[in-house]
Amino acid sequence: MDMFNDPNLWLPWVFAALMGLSILIYVILDGFDLGVGLLMPLSDDDEKDRLVASIGPFWDANETWLVLAIGLLLVAFPVAHGVILTALYLPVAVMLIGLILRGVSFEFRAKAPIGQKPYWNGAFFTGSLMASMAQGFMLGMYVMGLTWTLPHVAFALLTAVFLTVGYSCIGAAWLIAKTEGALQIKAVGWAKGGLWGLLLGIAAISLATPFISPRIFEKWFGFPQLLYLAPFPVLSAALLGFLWWKLRRMPMVDDRHAWTPFAAIMALFALSFGGMAYSFYPYVVPDKLTIYEAASAPESLMIILIGTLFVLPTILAYTALSYIIFRGKATELRYD
Amino acid sequence: MDTLLLSRIQFGANISFHILFPTITIALGWVLLFFKLRFNATGDKKWMEAYLFWVKVFALSFAMGVVSGITMSFQFGTNWPGFMERVGNIAGPLLAYEVLTAFFLEAVFLGIMLFGASRVPNWLHTTATFLVAFGTTMSAFWILVLNSWMHTPAGYEIRDGIAFATDWVAIIFNPSMPYRLAHMLLASGLTVAFLIAGISALRMIWGDRQESVKSALRVGIILAAGLIPIQIFAGDMHGLNTLEHQPQKVAAMEGNWDTQSNVPLLLFALPDEEARENRFEIGIPNGASLILKHKADGVVPGLNDFVAEDGTPEHPPVAPVFWSFRIMVGTGMAMLALAWTGAYFLRRRGAGFMPKPMLFAFAAMAFSGWIATLAGWYTTEIGRQPWLVQGVLTTKEAVAAVPAPIVMATLVAYLVVYVALILAYMGTITYLAWKASKGEPLSTRQYPRSGEAEVIAVPGE
Ligand code: HDD
Ligand code: HEM
Ligand code: HEM
Repeated sequence: MDMFNDPNLWLPWVFAALMGLSILIYVILDGFDLGVGLLMPLSDDDEKDRLVASIGPFWDANETWLVLAIGLLLVAFPVAHGVILTALYLPVAVMLIGLILRGVSFEFRAKAPIGQKPYWNGAFFTGSLMASMAQGFMLGMYVMGLTWTLPHVAFALLTAVFLTVGYSCIGAAWLIAKTEGALQIKAVGWAKGGLWGLLLGIAAISLATPFISPRIFEKWFGFPQLLYLAPFPVLSAALLGFLWWKLRRMPMVDDRHAWTPFAAIMALFALSFGGMAYSFYPYVVPDKLTIYEAASAPESLMIILIGTLFVLPTILAYTALSYIIFRGKATELRYD
Repeated sequence: MDTLLLSRIQFGANISFHILFPTITIALGWVLLFFKLRFNATGDKKWMEAYLFWVKVFALSFAMGVVSGITMSFQFGTNWPGFMERVGNIAGPLLAYEVLTAFFLEAVFLGIMLFGASRVPNWLHTTATFLVAFGTTMSAFWILVLNSWMHTPAGYEIRDGIAFATDWVAIIFNPSMPYRLAHMLLASGLTVAFLIAGISALRMIWGDRQESVKSALRVGIILAAGLIPIQIFAGDMHGLNTLEHQPQKVAAMEGNWDTQSNVPLLLFALPDEEARENRFEIGIPNGASLILKHKADGVVPGLNDFVAEDGTPEHPPVAPVFWSFRIMVGTGMAMLALAWTGAYFLRRRGAGFMPKPMLFAFAAMAFSGWIATLAGWYTTEIGRQPWLVQGVLTTKEAVAAVPAPIVMATLVAYLVVYVALILAYMGTITYLAWKASKGEPLSTRQYPRSGEAEVIAVPGE
């Protein structure tokens, strides 16, 4: 095929795919730990410690996927990086301050004098909320083509709420898998409560996307494209149904299937993300800049790609190692 | 204030906040590995106690470093889009390699290092400690390669106004990289040495006589005394390298206006850019010529060589560079004096019998590494102005067209958060030291539970 002979054609594609993959991994992984942060106010003091313990060994590596995603945008599509980030200047700042607050609260709540602990718990929740809302807002703005008009901002505020509820849902699903007893029962309740966020979020974005851009409309409803797209809504609906059915039966005897809600929500995130990627391709700045126009010089991309091919499998391997080491129910975190 | 100035202040504030914590984690990781290896070798529990105390400081610093670092990676896009557009082909791969080879390594193994001790074999825990230390050092390597390239660009060509890489070896081993890397790693070592010595001294002042504290004090003082002469030597070499590649920066550091011989080493002066002269000069005759040219009558470049035809200066602002350089060197000299006096008493009397004034002096200098490091970075970075990439891209060309009030609002928000967090950070470290010196277990189980009296020793998060 021609495409593979000309690095100008396939390199941007490969990098867009890598970037998409790391955004997806980020949304799932940091999604659950942001979500756990969002559930802090709903739990009592003792449970708060277990909530934090369930994500303690993971959160830092989870956030590194954000650094990788933004790094890939930066290195592979520098122009787009500038356009997107200057357009999203304010939500980015809100997100960053949120991430700062929650990241340090982890440590401070355990190390600062006891009297301060409630404040750091509060900062942990506030930070998680700021970060989730800002990410949802950016998602909405991106779908709306990154232009600041009143209706667009209103839409973005909606997606901010939906994504936040969605994160708390995957966070609760994580807790179902990582905790037991009364807390687990509570987590099942939280997960049920979060389902509507997922449902409305996916619905809102799916309804809005085609009507914002005639190009995407054509991509969705033209024939035979309609057939390629059909599995997305069908599978998503099936997964939501499954979740609803399953959560009503949880927790099960011997803690069976404790992982299924988390797995199902992961699949749901992946599907929604796949749908969005399908709609926006080949644009990196919606309807303005394609990945081919925005890409860096092939020499530079090649250098990164070679490194990535060696390093990414290693990263995945040791990430898996850490999930294996810290498998099982969350217990107290200790340094010795 | 305009967007450019605000963006510069914002970037300066963000990176200054960020660098405080990497300077600690880079070297503290290796010190922890040392504690761990000593424990493995001797089985003496004082090394484990030292490890368990300092690993808490490490975890706290690491968290601060990570979250402020995430801010940094967004700053290029939000405030300096021109940077990536013009030199992205070079900066991009370097940043990507930092993420790929360093950040994931640190982040994943940090979890195992902090919480895995009871879950993995001892060798794996030691390896994880090593990998975290190695990761922080790798990350310093890559970011300093990029930063050095911005000062002394090499291995590239400009096509249509955009930089393209031609020689990656030349880019990575650009002329100032070895000097800057060595100077920064030593700076990190010194910061940690004084932090450890200072906090241990504080614990001794509070009456803590544990073996682990004495050993930590000894390690801190010996490390400081060993590194500081090397640092002064490395700094001198670094200055000579800068003289070759960025003479205008050295002229500003020396406060030297005219290219001439027999230039004095100024100890004090108030550089006046309007009048283009210094007021209230106090200097050592021929000092600067001797340091920079190793001859009393050596010719040192002056700032007046770097002025455009129409009179606009093409050199950095003089006073900030001049003064931050003096703060760094002054702190370095104070470190030399204290570390060596400390080492003397250590030999004569041992760590348990240090004179009180020495303990107070070390406690007062606990965070001195921060001051020298920040002052050093200000010298380097302000000294590069008006360039962002020396000779390739000016700072003005790179700035984003974000409305000034928005930059202002976010700047204020960042500053508020930063000030609060620095205070909390310093306060918490002192609090941990106080608790440890009172022999209280460093428990995290802080909500009293009914029917449970025993407290678990040293858990943490
Ligand atoms: C000399 C060292 C040094 C310097 C000059 C910088 N950093 Fe840094 N950075 C580190 C040394 C470091 C580190 C030691 O590797 C950190 C600190 C704590 C940590 O987790 O890693 C880190 C963390 C860190 C992280 C979080 C990594 C993670 O998720 O684990 C990011 C994204 C950055 N940095 C990015 C930057 C950028 C964009 C910089 C420049 C503008 C920068 N750093 C300057
Ligand atoms: C970590 C220690 C560092 C400190 C304390 C520091 C400090 C500063 C300061 C104070 C300025 C403002 C200079 C001025 O505008 O007058 C500046 C500028 C700048 N530095 Fe650094 N810097 C550091 C490292 C780096 C690194 C590693 C990079 C990039 C790889 C970098 C990139 C920049 C950029 C892009 C600017 C231009 C923006 C500006 O002028 O403010 N810096 N830095
Ligand atoms: C006392 C003798 C010292 C001398 C002669 C010296 C010399 C220098 C010089 C010439 C620079 C500017 C390099 C440039 O042109 O960009 C510099 C930068 C710097 N210095 Fe020092 N220094 C000394 C001590 C210290 C100490 C004690 C520390 C910290 C503990 C320190 C930390 C730094 C840092 C972090 C930088 C910025 C990074 C870099 O460019 O390497 N220095 N130093």
